[in-house]
Amino acid sequence: MNAAVANGAGVDQVWTWLGAVSDPEIPVISIVDLGIVRAVAFEGDTCVVTITPTYSGCPAMTVIAESVTEALHSHGLNDVKLVNQLSPAWTTDWMSEAGKLALKGYGIAPPAQQAIDISGLRSGVKRVAAPPLLVACPICGSTHTQLTSQFGSTPCKALYKCLDCLEPFDYFKCH
Amino acid sequence: MDVSITDNTANAAKIGYLLRQGDNALILSQQLSQWCGKGPALEEDMALTNVALDLLGQTRMWLTYAGELEGRGRSEDDLAYLRDAHDLRCCLLVEQPNGNYADTMVRQFFFDTWHYFLMQSLAKASDPRIAEIAEKSIKEVTYHLRRSGDLIVRMGDGTPESHAKTQAAVNELWMYSGEMFLYDAVDQAMVEQGIAPAAADLRAAFLEHVSEIFAEATLAMPDPNAFMQQGGKKGRHSEHLGYILAEMQFLQRAYPGAQW
Repeated sequence: MNAAVANGAGVDQVWTWLGAVSDPEIPVISIVDLGIVRAVAFEGDTCVVTITPTYSGCPAMTVIAESVTEALHSHGLNDVKLVNQLSPAWTTDWMSEAGKLALKGYGIAPPAQQAIDISGLRSGVKRVAAPPLLVACPICGSTHTQLTSQFGSTPCKALYKCLDCLEPFDYFKCH
Repeated sequence: MDVSITDNTANAAKIGYLLRQGDNALILSQQLSQWCGKGPALEEDMALTNVALDLLGQTRMWLTYAGELEGRGRSEDDLAYLRDAHDLRCCLLVEQPNGNYADTMVRQFFFDTWHYFLMQSLAKASDPRIAEIAEKSIKEVTYHLRRSGDLIVRMGDGTPESHAKTQAAVNELWMYSGEMFLYDAVDQAMVEQGIAPAAADLRAAFLEHVSEIFAEATLAMPDPNAFMQQGGKKGRHSEHLGYILAEMQFLQRAYPGAQW
């Protein structure tokens, strides 16, 4: 008998379980809301979960893979296979609205726009000014904010400060 | 046993090319990591270590693939920690010393500009694995280039001292900025297999972007036809690489097989 059936677990059920697995560095957001779970499928008795890294050097990926396996084991799904998929490359556009709200509540400004080519090289090789980006302060809501550093405490974040309430904050970069 | 890039098979050329990509990212990542805790400002310290982390992630993807194609059971770690200097295939640019901050950022800017245009091209490579690694990398590389270009402008068009130091770094490092475009049999095989871009196209894009940024930074553009150092891609390195490896590989050399 199929293990999934034995456990009463279908693909939808697995998605629900994965929705409770949080990102190790930003615990308020689940890996599903972050958009890094790309697919769930059953191959016979094996539950195949396809995940994609946010940044290629993200050290959280190992922990995430362990958390996924552990979570599914805890629900009785013992035959779990993880597939690491690079393409299409992860983008913050895959982050859910619920995920963005959770980030904001946690004090991290969510991505403010759709991911774009920020190299300033879009017109052939010409360097053009970066498009203006309005990042709202997650504490007071003001968009009167300033970039402090393009890199923050993790690869996915930049540092900003609010010029109204004067608080520094993390901004989850469009990527 | 090392992959000999003189081997006359298609796979050997591809493995050689993958090692070059992986080794460039690996050595530059190691160099940038040495700024950790010593950056001129906290934001710069974080930025350089973030770039180092991105490059290390990219190294893992390139070296893992190289090891798989080689088929001798060598992992990314074996390739990174158990090869000696003459087996590394990084270009001379990335092994140049960190120096002062202008030296580090000019080295980074030359690398990022080349890297950006190369990844754009490799994302369309006929080998799907190479294409997807490039597709993943380009988003990170884009950030790196944006940042290093901005810093070159700020330092070049900054104070008389920052301008002088940046110009000195440009003049010093320029002779290492051409090796990436001097194609040998390995690179040529990759062009023929629909993987690597033509050297002339890549170099034209590189020169155009560098001269544009230098103009904005009030820096003098060096002579594109100047003599260019080469050798790193073939394992003939400067003396700097040995010292870098002595530190980077110490643990695996002193405690073979050590694991977390």
